[in-house]
Order: sequence, then C-alpha cells, then structure tokens
Amino acid sequence: MSNKKYWQNFGEMNQSEAFNKSSENEFNEQLLPFEEISNEGLLDGKTPRRDFLKYLGFSTAAAAIAASCEMPVRKAVPYLQKPDNVIPGVPNYYASTYVNGGDAISVVVKQRDGRPIKIEGNELSSITKGGTSAQAQASVLDLYDTTRLRHPLQRDGKDFKEVTTFDAFDAMIASAMGSIGTKPVVLLTSTISSPSTLQIINNFLAKYPGSRHVQYDEVSYSGMLLANEACYGKRAIPSYQFDKAQTIVSLSADFLGTWLSPVEFSKQYASNRKVTGEAPKLSRHFQFESMLSLTGSNADDRYTHKPSETGAVALALLAKLGGAVSAPSIADAKVKAGIDKAATELMKTKGASLVVCGSNDMNIQVVVNAINEIIGANGTTVNWASTNNTRKGIDADMNTLATDINSGAVGALLVYGCNPVYSHADGKKLGEAIAKLPVSISFNGTLDETTENCKYVIPSHHWLESWGDAEPKTGHFSFMQPLINPLFKTRAFQTSLMKWTGSQTVNIPSFDSAGNLLGVTPSKVSSADYENYIKDFWSAKADFQKALQDGVIELEIAPAAATFNAAALAAASGKAAAAKSGATEVVLYQKVSMGTGSQANNPWLQELPDPISKVTWDNYAMVSPELAKSLVGLDIMNNQRQADAYEVTPEKPVIKVTLGGKSLELPVLILPGLNDNTIAVALGYGRASADEKNSLERIGRSATGAGKNAYTLVGFDGTTYSYNGVATAEKTSTTYPLAQTQVHGSSESRPVIFETNLASYTKNPEALLEEPRNERMGLLVEGKTDFVKDGTIYPDYEKPGIKWGMSIDLNTCTGCSACVVACTAENNVSVVGKIQVQKAHEMHWLRIDRYFTGDVKNPDVVFQPMMCQHCDNAPCENVCPVAATNHSSEGLNQMTYNRCIGTRYCANNCPFKVRRFNWLDFTGADSFKDNQQPLRGSELNEVVFQMNDDLTRMVLNPDVTVRSRGVIEKCSFCVQRLQDSKLEAKKQQDPALVRNVKTACMQACPTNAISFGNVNDKESEVSKARADKNRNFYVLEQLHVLPNVSYLAKVRNTDRHVGIAEESHEEAHS
Amino acid sequence: MSRYRITINKALASLLLVIIFSFNNSVFAADGEALFKANCSNCHKPDADYTGPALKGWSTREPDKNWVYKWVANPAQMIATDPYAKSLFDKWKPTVMTAFSNLKKDEIDAILKYVDDYAPPATMAGTSGTGAGGETGSDNTLLYGILTLVLALVALILLQVNSNLRKLSDEKEGVHRGEPVPFYRNKTYLMAGVLVLFAVGGYFVISGAIGLGRMKNYQPVQPIYYSHKVHAGVNQISCLYCHGSAQDSKHAGIPSVNVCMNCHMAIKEYKGDPIVREDGKSVNGTEEIQKLYQYAGWNPDTKQYNADKNADGIPDGAKPIEWVKIHNLPDHVYFNHSQHVKVGKQQCQTCHGNIQEMPEVYQFAELSMGWCVNCHRESKVDFYNKETKEGNKFYSIYEKFHKDIKEHKLDSVTVEKIGGTECQKCHY
Repeated sequence: MSNKKYWQNFGEMNQSEAFNKSSENEFNEQLLPFEEISNEGLLDGKTPRRDFLKYLGFSTAAAAIAASCEMPVRKAVPYLQKPDNVIPGVPNYYASTYVNGGDAISVVVKQRDGRPIKIEGNELSSITKGGTSAQAQASVLDLYDTTRLRHPLQRDGKDFKEVTTFDAFDAMIASAMGSIGTKPVVLLTSTISSPSTLQIINNFLAKYPGSRHVQYDEVSYSGMLLANEACYGKRAIPSYQFDKAQTIVSLSADFLGTWLSPVEFSKQYASNRKVTGEAPKLSRHFQFESMLSLTGSNADDRYTHKPSETGAVALALLAKLGGAVSAPSIADAKVKAGIDKAATELMKTKGASLVVCGSNDMNIQVVVNAINEIIGANGTTVNWASTNNTRKGIDADMNTLATDINSGAVGALLVYGCNPVYSHADGKKLGEAIAKLPVSISFNGTLDETTENCKYVIPSHHWLESWGDAEPKTGHFSFMQPLINPLFKTRAFQTSLMKWTGSQTVNIPSFDSAGNLLGVTPSKVSSADYENYIKDFWSAKADFQKALQDGVIELEIAPAAATFNAAALAAASGKAAAAKSGATEVVLYQKVSMGTGSQANNPWLQELPDPISKVTWDNYAMVSPELAKSLVGLDIMNNQRQADAYEVTPEKPVIKVTLGGKSLELPVLILPGLNDNTIAVALGYGRASADEKNSLERIGRSATGAGKNAYTLVGFDGTTYSYNGVATAEKTSTTYPLAQTQVHGSSESRPVIFETNLASYTKNPEALLEEPRNERMGLLVEGKTDFVKDGTIYPDYEKPGIKWGMSIDLNTCTGCSACVVACTAENNVSVVGKIQVQKAHEMHWLRIDRYFTGDVKNPDVVFQPMMCQHCDNAPCENVCPVAATNHSSEGLNQMTYNRCIGTRYCANNCPFKVRRFNWLDFTGADSFKDNQQPLRGSELNEVVFQMNDDLTRMVLNPDVTVRSRGVIEKCSFCVQRLQDSKLEAKKQQDPALVRNVKTACMQACPTNAISFGNVNDKESEVSKARADKNRNFYVLEQLHVLPNVSYLAKVRNTDRHVGIAEESHEEAHS
Repeated sequence: MSRYRITINKALASLLLVIIFSFNNSVFAADGEALFKANCSNCHKPDADYTGPALKGWSTREPDKNWVYKWVANPAQMIATDPYAKSLFDKWKPTVMTAFSNLKKDEIDAILKYVDDYAPPATMAGTSGTGAGGETGSDNTLLYGILTLVLALVALILLQVNSNLRKLSDEKEGVHRGEPVPFYRNKTYLMAGVLVLFAVGGYFVISGAIGLGRMKNYQPVQPIYYSHKVHAGVNQISCLYCHGSAQDSKHAGIPSVNVCMNCHMAIKEYKGDPIVREDGKSVNGTEEIQKLYQYAGWNPDTKQYNADKNADGIPDGAKPIEWVKIHNLPDHVYFNHSQHVKVGKQQCQTCHGNIQEMPEVYQFAELSMGWCVNCHRESKVDFYNKETKEGNKFYSIYEKFHKDIKEHKLDSVTVEKIGGTECQKCHY
C-alpha cells in the first residue's frame, strides 16, 4: 500500500466509523414504494403482497396503455427556400465572441439546423488559443433562458406593460429625454472593449452635453488601474506573460480561476508545467493567500496569511528583494520563510519572473509594481505594448454616480450589461433611487434587480444573436456574428443608441501594426442599425469576410516595457503596511462557476461543483477547522463524533457574519488550507427581486434561493472597493443544508493518484510508479511478465481497427471545470437540482475529484478528472442481466439506454463510481407526461422543470439520446463525435482524419491536459502522451480492469517531499 | 374444387417469383440505366425532348461515336469548333450541356446502348405483381386453416365415435361405467382447448407486441399527390437531385419548394398516363401542380412569384409544405443516410423499395432492428486491397483483416466484422 494518503474529507482522513458506514451505504435509496418491506421479508410485511400486486397490476396496465397508443402522425416540413449553406442534419461552425461583462473570449459556435448548441474555443485566437471557461461553455443555455424578456417594456405602476413597436418606444424615449432639462444623462455599462460600440457611445454622449459614460466592473480592478496610473502614467492593465515566467508568485490572485483573464493565463501557465524529456523544466509557483483558491491549490508552495496581511507580505517581499522600503514584521514563521524562498527564486530567474496580486488596494498594487520592476518583469513577463482592455471600471466614478442617483442629480440613467442594484454594496438603496429618476432605461436582457427599477426596458440581443466586435487586448480584435435570428423582439443596444442619437457618422479607424489607432476617416452611416454600422466600421480592413470567418484579427506587437515612476512607491508603502487586522476577517472571492453572478440563472453553472469545496447551488462561509472550533464549537480534527455529525449530513450550522454594519447568515463549510482567521464567502449568489414573489419569474428558477448576496459586505475605502475586512461572526441556532458532491463516488482510500517532486523525479523517474508496478508483478504467476495478457483468466479480445483511448495529465489539470460544463452541453446531461444533489443523484458524466494530501493545515491539492474509464475488462459489463452495457471492438464501454432496465448492478460494480442513474424524470423525456408533478418541491427543484419548456429544449444536442427515468448513463467518450469523425474519414478515404477528433472535455480544456485518439495509431496524440512511461498510469490497474483512460502522474516543482511525513521518513531510510 | 385452387395458386406463386426475379434484375443489372439516371436524366429523356434533346436514335443524327465522346467530355469546346455541335447549341440555347469529363468511353457506350434499347415500361406491372403476391399468400393460409379445421373436426368425430363404440362394447361385456361425461366437460378436451388457446393467443400477443411501433406499408395521404413513379420512374429524375443531402447528412432531406420549382416553373401541366389512386379514384396531375404553385407563391399566368408586400422575405401566400413523415425511427436510433449512400454505396431501393414504381410512397421495409442487423451481417464493406490499392483506404488500418485475407482465412469483410452490429453504432 502507498504511504501517501489522499483524502477528500475529514471523515476519510480519519477513517471514521460514520464515514465508512455512509460510503458503504452509497446506494441507499428511499425512493422505492416498498418502504415497509425494506427490513422484513417480502411476505412478512404489513401488506406487501397486496402492494406488490397493486404495483404489478398498475405497471402492466400503464405499460399496456402507453404502448398501445397509436403512432403519432409526424410532419416533415422542408424549407420553402433552402439557404445554400444549410444542410439539415449537418452542423455549421461560425466564429464569434463570448462577451459577458468585460470578459471576451473568442469562440467557435456549433450551429445545428439554425440553432446554436455548443460553444468551442477559437484556436486562431492567440489569447485563448482554443481554450474556454466554464462560463463561456454554459452561456449557450443563457440564450434559451425562459426569463429573457420577449419585447420592450414600459413601467406601468408596479408592473410593466409591453411596448408593441420599436418606433413607439423610440418616440417615448425622445419625449422623455426632452423633458429632463439640464440634468446630466449617464450611461452606465460594464467595461466595453468593443471599438465600434465605444464610438457609438461617444456619438450619443456628444448629443447630450454634460452626459457621461461610467464603466462599472462588478468585481473591480480599480486598484490596479490606479496603481498603474501612478507608476506608469497609464490607467490600464498590462498583458501578463505566464508562459515566459519561470518563477511565479501570486499574492491572492486567482489567475487560473477568476482573476482578469483566466483562460489566457491557464494556457500560458500550463505551457510551463508540461513534464517532457530527461531533465524536465517546470515553472515554480508560490502562492500567498488567505483562502484556498483554485490557483493556490495548483501552487508548488503555498502559504496562508490573514486577508489584511497581503500588503505586509508584498512589502516584505519587496524589502527582501532589495526595494527601498522597510520590511514590516511578519509574525508567521512559515510565511516569513516562504517570502525568503520566493525572493530567492524570483531573483534566480530574474527577467523570467512574475508577481501578480489580486488585491484591489491601489497601494499594494504599487508595491507589486515595484517588485516586478526589481525582478525584471517589466517588458518581459509584464507586457505594456498590449494592454488588457477587459476591466476599466474606476470605483470612485461608480460611487460618485451612486451618490448622484441617490440625490436625484441624474436626469437619465441608461444601464447596459451590468446590474449595480445587485452588485453594489448599497444596491437596495440605489434601486429605490433609480426608480425615482425622471428617465431610467435598461438594455439588459432580463428583468434583473436593476432593470426592474427602470422605467423603460429595451432588451438587447444575447451575444449569440448579435453583431459585434471586441478588443480584449490592444491589437487583438475578436468578432461577433449572429448565430440565430433574434428569438424575441429585442434590439441591439448599439442600434438603440444610434436611433436616439439621430444622424450618424461612422469614424472608420485605421491602425498601425501595433494596434494603435492611427486616425479615423469620418463617413456617413448607410443605415441606422448596428449591423450596417459595424460593416462600415471595418470597411477599411481589406477582408472583413475573412476576419468574420476567422473570428479574429491579430496584429503583431512586440512586447515592450513602460517607464516606472518610483516616486509613487514611497507614499504607497506606508499605506500598504497600515492595514488593520482583527481576529476574524472576511474575504470575498469569486467561484470559477459563478463568477460575478451575471450568469446565476444558468443551472449548468449552479450545479457545477466548486473545484475546491465541491458544493453546488450555494455560497457559504468557508472556514478552517481551527476557526470552526472557536466559531461553532466543532472540533472535527480531534472529536470524531462531532466530525461525523458535521460531515455525514448535508445540514451545516449557520453563522452570522457581520462586516461594516451589515450581516449575512451563512452555513459553515469547514475546509483545510484556509488561514485560521479567515472566513471566505463567494460573490455572485443570492439573486432576488425586490419583491421576493417575483424572483422565480424575473430572476429565474436556478438563481432564486441559491445562496446569499455577499456583495453587501463589499467595503469602500474612499478610492477603491475592498473585498476583505475585519468582521465578527457568531453562531446561530439554525442549520442549512449544503449539496456537496465531495465524497460521492469515494475511491475508498485505494491509491488512485501518484505524484512526486521535480528533484526526485529527475533523479529517478522510474521510482514514481514503482509501487503499483511491483504490486502488479506480485499478482502474476511465476515466470509470466505481461500483466495485460497473463493477469486474467479472460481471453484477450483484439481491437482490429481503432482503439479509442484518453490520457489526462494531472500536472496541467488545474481543476477549472470547463470540461464538466462542456460535457453537460455536448451530451444533454440533465440538471437534477439541489435536493437531488444532496442524495448523490447528480448526473455529471465527468467529475473532478479533489484530493488533499500532506499537511492537514495546509494540504497539497490534486485534481483528478474522473469519468468512465472504458475498461477493456469491465466489471460493469459482466453483471448486466440484459447486456445493456457491453464492449465494442473499438474499446468503448457501450451503454444502450433503450435496453437498460435499471437494475443498477453495473453502478454497484464499478470501481470508479462513474455510472449515473436517472432516479427521476429529469428531462421530461418519459412517455408519461406528468409524472414529475407530484414530486415538485419535495423531490424535484423548480429548475428541473426548465427542460419541459420548448425554449430550453432547443439547447439539446440532437445527436445524443435524451435519457428518461430509470436508465443508467455514463461517459460515452462522446461517441457521436467519434462516429462522425470516422464517417468523415471514410468519405475522404483517409484514416489519418480520425486524428482530428476531439471529445467535448478535451476541446474545452484551457490547458490541453486531455489528449484523446486512436491508441493503435502511433502518431495519435494519446499514443504520444502515453509514451511517457515513467508517468503513465492507469487508476486501479492492479484490479485488471484494463481502463482505456490513462493518467500522467503529477510532478510538483518544490523542495518539500510531496505527500505526508511517512514518505520523507521512508526516503530517509532508503 | 380445392384441387383446382391449389393448381391456380401454384401457378400464381411461380408467376410471382418470376416477376420478382426479373424485377430485381432490372434494378441492379443495367449499368447503362444507372449511369443514365445518375448523370443524364436531369436534362435528357431517352425517348422525348426535355431540357435537352431525346437521346434515342442518336446514331441517325451523328453516326460517329467519337463525336459523342468528345461532345460529352467538353461540349463548350465542340460548340466552338464543330458545326453540328453549333447547330445543336443554336437549337437549345442558352442552355449548354454540362461537361462530363469523368465518364469513361465504355460508360458512355453503356448509356448509348441503354437509350437505344429503351422502351417505355409497361404500366402498373410492379403493382399488379405485388397485389397478386398478397392474394396468393392469404389464400394459402385460409386453405390450410380450413384443412386444419376439417381435420380437427374429423378427429373429434372419430374420437366421439370411438368412445361411443367402446361404451357399447363395455356395456355388452357387462362392464359398467359411470355416467358418461359430455365432451365439453371432459378434462382432456378442456386442457387441450386451453393449450391451443394459449398458444394461439400467445402467438398473436407476441407478434403484436413485436409489431408495436412498426409501420410497414404505412402510406399516409400527403398534402400534394406527389407521384415518385412519375418523377423517378417515368421521367427518370435521379433520387439525389431532390434528396441531395442523402450524401452529406444523416437526413436524406425533403426537397425545399424552390427545388420543385426548378422544373415546375416550366412544367405546368401533367400530360402523362392517367394516375389512379389505389381506391380507384383518378388524380388530376395538373391540379396537383397548381397546389404546388399555391405553396410556392407562384403565379403561373404571369410566370412570376407573388410580390413580397409584407416584407417577410418570402413571396406572399407562400408556405412550406407539411408532408407526412413516412419513415419514422425511434428517437434512440441514430441513422445516417450519407454513411449508407456515400460510404456503403447502397442503392436507395435497398431500403425504400422500388420507389420509382410507387405512385405514392409507402414504407417498404420493416425498419426493425433485426432487419438492420441482418443487412449489416451480410453486406460487405468496400475493403481496401493493399496490393491493387482498390477499395476505401480508410480500411487500410485493419491490419488483422489484411493479414487474414492474405493467409486466406477470410475472403471478405462484412459490416459486422468492423463492428457494425455493436450497440453504440446506432444507439447513443
């Protein structure tokens, strides 16, 4: 057995009795109607025989009725005039851009018979290089959101009434705008990087003297913008080049998860984390933070401190690097040692080092700029030639606007793409003030918290229905083109502004090779709508069709430095160190799934388990075991009974967190790896209408009731918003259930992960997998050597043509979960709702197992994507009584839904616990129409009923069966894509074409951790990945199930021994 | 009486066999016909002028075959150089014949032979054949049924007689038996009756259950009486002209209205043989074409589409045709036409029957899983031959089969061999 110990929760770590019992009872279900006979014999119960006959009779009769129904008459309606480029049944792919708030990701959208159904990354974009995020993947479902507004609205008392034509709406706006007098018009938007939209806004502002445009980021980067203005004279954010960084130090910046441009950074970061060759070179990553972030969990070395100590850590690092500041005292010896270590490493790789900081405090960011100056990052890993345009909001501007609105000093407020009533700390008050303004217009697509306070609502298109452009980084243009005719009577925000501005000129820009604006040529707009405008706008570009086809225009820009002004440091260093600190501090963070909360009504994101906490559908107060002891009196490290009581039930104690006079009641989630003084709370939850009873209809079925709004705890220090602060917390008498998928599918402490550190690996790469190899050899009969052929009594079946296989690199998997959402979208995986997740009924075909190992207070984290392993000697296949699951000659473990009778023997026999059972009708696919209704509320959350809506069903992939109640399902290796690629290869008569096939998870992965292909083909990606014999392992290989998914063991670039103390002990002996 | 019937039935059955065989031959044998349908039939008819001239009797107009080869390979060039070609162009302009440089000489020969030998097909031959087959089948069943019943009755009578005789003989010998049980209370009879009922009932229940959801011979009434026989049969239009996506997509596709209008802008009335519905009513082809004009928003008098006054992008009054779908597969079945048509090189008729003989389409095949799987077991794939470089190169990766073929362990590779009967080839 391995000495390394990996654990998913405290019960597993301590091997407590209740934990073991609960994992034994993994498939315990109370849904069967024969409750009374569960313990007694079939005939000894109260009325089992009669019940049995009743159910038998009913099901026979029901089946007879259902089956004998006449075949429905189906219509086949061809086009009247078929468009040239549409062949029914053949998908088209168009490049576009996912835009949400400031975020802009170049994507390619799969459009099937006129409806967009899947988002893929655009490999032509040098920013994302084909990567996507969970949010971009999920956004296709937002298009079919039932809360989307279907026409323009005008407030009518407390409610709204429809405005029937756009002309009527325009006339209404014209007269309203005429009556505001001298009060200013304010356009409040999220950060806009679209060059054409910015021009339209300028034209609009020019019509109303005194008007202004305020850009507002729901999670602010003001601190960086202002610090860069002070240090470099530019109110901008540079591009970071993690691919050029050999040493990375992150001070609370979650750059792999949520910070700034995580897809871009993940791609860059992973390029230095691939283990290749004899003496592999890996970048070294230090993380200093207070909570356990996704980035922190990937760090080689991680140190925790109080949230208020970020400034002190930055200053200490600067001082250690020789900066002209006095080092503050750092109490924690480990952090101190970590700073020393980080400083040494940063200097060792000077010119290829990078320090980033997630704080929104301008002073801390100035200190970080000074550090980057010393380590030679400016111009190398920090590129000022191309700035990041996705965050431009200045907090003081927003707060001034809030004051103006509250005092009624604003004539007209136009809101687009942001939701300040929800995301501003004083949102409620702001909402009431907006309602009193003379004119308030919202362009948002739903009746969200801000929109419902506006007088006029003219919904803009969803991005999949829009024309548009974006410039996420200077010189990197990304284009949007509509994938579908607008579903509803909506109008582009830009078109509305153009109509209201009146006569228009378009300033056609020309750029130099660096992407700088050379000048503009004014020209008359051909018609007052955005579609024509954008075509005119880009008419100077020679081949706009080509640009639309590619989705991007990228200018060559050489990296450059900016001149650093050291004067700013003196003032900042004093303030950075002076942060207050208290016994308990709150830090507000974003989850990779929910982000700022703008996509909160997306059930795919709500049900996506947080990579670290594995909780779905809620936010909570994340605390360390130590803090839990003092806060709620649970000593889960030492008192096993308390630990079990806490962990085995979903009910968690609730604490009341008070910060700056505002308080929130949140359930406590105990996780290792947090600073002992820190309570971490996620933003983006707790969406609700002003009047609760409207929430379901306006905010939506997914967002309503999910978590609490932590934006209310955001502070303002006069310059910037602060996302941490000294708080008090007290226990309440209530509990609250959290739906956590953490130990669903426990590996029961079998060794499933192998890892080592870089030094040991370079010294003796073969030692990494020696232990499982020896174990396998021990299982063989004397004289035999081939485990695959000799380790079993079963015959070896040949795979004559193709044998599909997958390889996953644990070194580059960051746990970002984009793959999970991609899988959900591709394979019609159903959403089950919070109640069912609590019962371990989540349907995800692909889960990311998170394991802790090592130091209990500050553990290492390993992520392991786990899906059907397509075992060649699969235990599930042998036990199926109806052969509904069997093996193909291409190595696929096939699941045939129409044959499955739901015994679930296969799920019980799967060592990887990847088979999912449809306990209820989650998709409305059953032949009995209303069998979901009786379970509404008690077993099924409101959100499950979304799939009964024709609008939402448009997102379904027509090539994948929608499963009904009572059948097992699981990862199919995206068999529909495999079949399609083979068909293409056969049509083209070229077997090499199957190398192009990508599974949905692989395609979504921003770090290329997953490779897939034909194992029989030595040139395929997967064969190349598996050639790394020293790291290639199969999970539970000793069971001789012969999986077709292999993993590459993790190698950390750290001096520590990876794993627990026993290992170092053992190595000392050897 | 029954003796005569048997003779008649036998005769009918053998006639049916002959018809079926000759019929199959006519579908699969004639190379020239297939080539003609695939390449020429969109513009030419063998015996009548169409978009282009009738091809029959070509040699009377231009006896030199070489001229034909050159013309087919490059009509544009011929028009420029050859006087007869020029005169042809003048007659049929502005239409210029498409160049078919891919047609080989022997293929052109086959086409020429086909058009020369062409005779218009005899009316309704196929339909009457099927009809006769149906009758013979049912007659036989009836006959056997009556025979069985008669025999069963005879057996029953004999049994009764036997038991009565035994009773008499017993009485004679003085053996006294109890009161005789009437046959309807006799347990042996009752048991036998129950068993027979069970077997017959079970047979019908099971065959009924298997047939649930299967709709062989389904022939719904369509919004327009569209005759495949007139289009694909008499007028020889290639299937792929209208169902083009069969080679690209999983759906064969129903042609959009504008595809119909490609021809029907010119063809305004039906002048062919009278069309008769199966119930005996006659169909007015010209009226059916008028229905199409309604759907298309076309005014046959002005020869123009209606104006688009309501600005919805289509002519006013136009609407798509709501055909009734005949071939319905369950939702959990994935079927791809292009796989079968382009890769598997299957004829449409294999699954859809002799569509070119069907006045209205009905579901020809059972479309059951057993039916699919049978074909997958028997059909051979276009396996790659490493020596001659023939066949689909995709299959070059099947090393094991190449080895087996070389060692003569295997003579051909069926669809089943490459995994064509595995669940997840059709169910996912």
